[in-house]
Amino acid sequence: MRPGAHLRFLLAALLMALSVAFVAPVTAQQVNPTADSVRERQFLDALKANPQAELQGRITIPDQRAATLERPAGRQWREFQQVTIVWIGAIVVLGMLAVLTLFYLIRGRIRLEAGPSGRTITRFNAFERFMHWLTAACFVLLALSGLNVTFGKLLLLPLIGPEAFTNLSVAAKWAHNFLAWPFMLGIALMFLVWIKDNIPGLVDVKWFAAGGGIVGKGHPPARRFNGGQKVVFWSVVIGGALLSVSGIYLIFPFVAGGVLELQFWNVVHGVVAVLMVALILAHIYIGTIGMEGAFDAMGSGEVDLNWAKTHHSLWVEEEQKKGHVPAGPNLQPAE
Amino acid sequence: MARMKFLCDADRCIECNACVTACKNENEVPWGINRRRVVTINDGKPGERSVSMACMHCTDAPCMAVCPVDCFYNTADGVVLHNKDLCIGCGYCFYACPFGAPQYPKVGNFGTRGKMDKCTYCSGGPEVDLSPAEFQKYGSNRLAEGKLPLCAEMCSTKSLLAGDGEIIAQIYKERVVKRGYGSGAWGWQTAYKETIAI
Repeated sequence: MRPGAHLRFLLAALLMALSVAFVAPVTAQQVNPTADSVRERQFLDALKANPQAELQGRITIPDQRAATLERPAGRQWREFQQVTIVWIGAIVVLGMLAVLTLFYLIRGRIRLEAGPSGRTITRFNAFERFMHWLTAACFVLLALSGLNVTFGKLLLLPLIGPEAFTNLSVAAKWAHNFLAWPFMLGIALMFLVWIKDNIPGLVDVKWFAAGGGIVGKGHPPARRFNGGQKVVFWSVVIGGALLSVSGIYLIFPFVAGGVLELQFWNVVHGVVAVLMVALILAHIYIGTIGMEGAFDAMGSGEVDLNWAKTHHSLWVEEEQKKGHVPAGPNLQPAE
Repeated sequence: MARMKFLCDADRCIECNACVTACKNENEVPWGINRRRVVTINDGKPGERSVSMACMHCTDAPCMAVCPVDCFYNTADGVVLHNKDLCIGCGYCFYACPFGAPQYPKVGNFGTRGKMDKCTYCSGGPEVDLSPAEFQKYGSNRLAEGKLPLCAEMCSTKSLLAGDGEIIAQIYKERVVKRGYGSGAWGWQTAYKETIAI
């Protein structure tokens, strides 16, 4: 070996020895088995970008849904369930009751100014009344049993105690599950039977512009259903459809997906339901104490001709053309 | 009074599932229900960790808040329990729980899945302590016997700790200081709104 080579060999050996001496212990100390592991803080930070995120892992038990380690999205749902919907419900329902009371005090009952004619015209036939009352009866019970879920523990539980409240809530739950189906049938029937009379048109715009006979004087012309009734019809059809879809997803858990989807449909169901309750309160008001002669339409199905002429002038003309309104001797005063 | 908590030291968990089995056996939990489970995250990748998870007995528990019949209650030890006689099986606690703890004995539609079941921290329910009725509905009541939950008691690596929150946090801190690393107490930020500062 040449002297230069010796020196180079020594140097290399020295460097190697040094590297082992210095590097090896340092590496041993730096081994951090948690360097790549996920921490809860990282996961929660990631939630700021996507609050719906779930932390999924692998699991060896058969229930694969249990593989979700954490799902903090329940917090937003809890906020909705315990605060938002309580406020929305209270404001919408109590607000509507307040508006109706105020309206009754100011406007009073809408009287039939022309007085009764003594002659009637068929407004709703037996089948129409059946589907209306089927839907109505179901809706009232569904609304009460649904409101119990949100407001029951605040209003009813302190009054009747936990055992009685649980029994009531179990009954309400069953009623809600089973009455949902005739309710959906009623909504579908009403949609099919009444849609032809509920297509919005220019006459409805004029009806609203004239105050619909509710505010201001006189009754603007209307066909079978006036603008206000068309609003009720479409709200019931669209609201009923949303309640049906969301309700079916809730009644059959996990058909819609996972817990996040259940939370979403629960929010839809709750919001639409309280809006519908408020709308139907107004509908009940105007159909009973709010307007003279209105209840007959869904009661006996026969309304006074003067009532029909006042509120649905164009409809009466159409019916007369079809010969559905008996003319002749009956028109003469009975003297 | 103690504030009972669970702490899973994920750097020690070997995913043996003994806690899962111990829980099922001790409480005679119905078929299909696992009050405790072991979830492996980043499976097969560097940094893979297994975490044993059950009801964390949260502070300000979401299940308790959303229950429409108010069937949940806190014990003096900070354990979150529920009354199966009042539960209507609606599933709301399951929607709200961040850990997927509430479970139902039957697979079915809304309202037909039976009474909710979850980890009781081995402390029974509202029935008389150690009565047959309590065992039948809620399982074991080891706390009444002066013992801790069996899952943690028989954890072979002592990964799963149960006991007073401050004491188990102290044990975990000492471990982390001694070995030089720790991937944190999973679920603590979510359940107790606190982390263990090291």
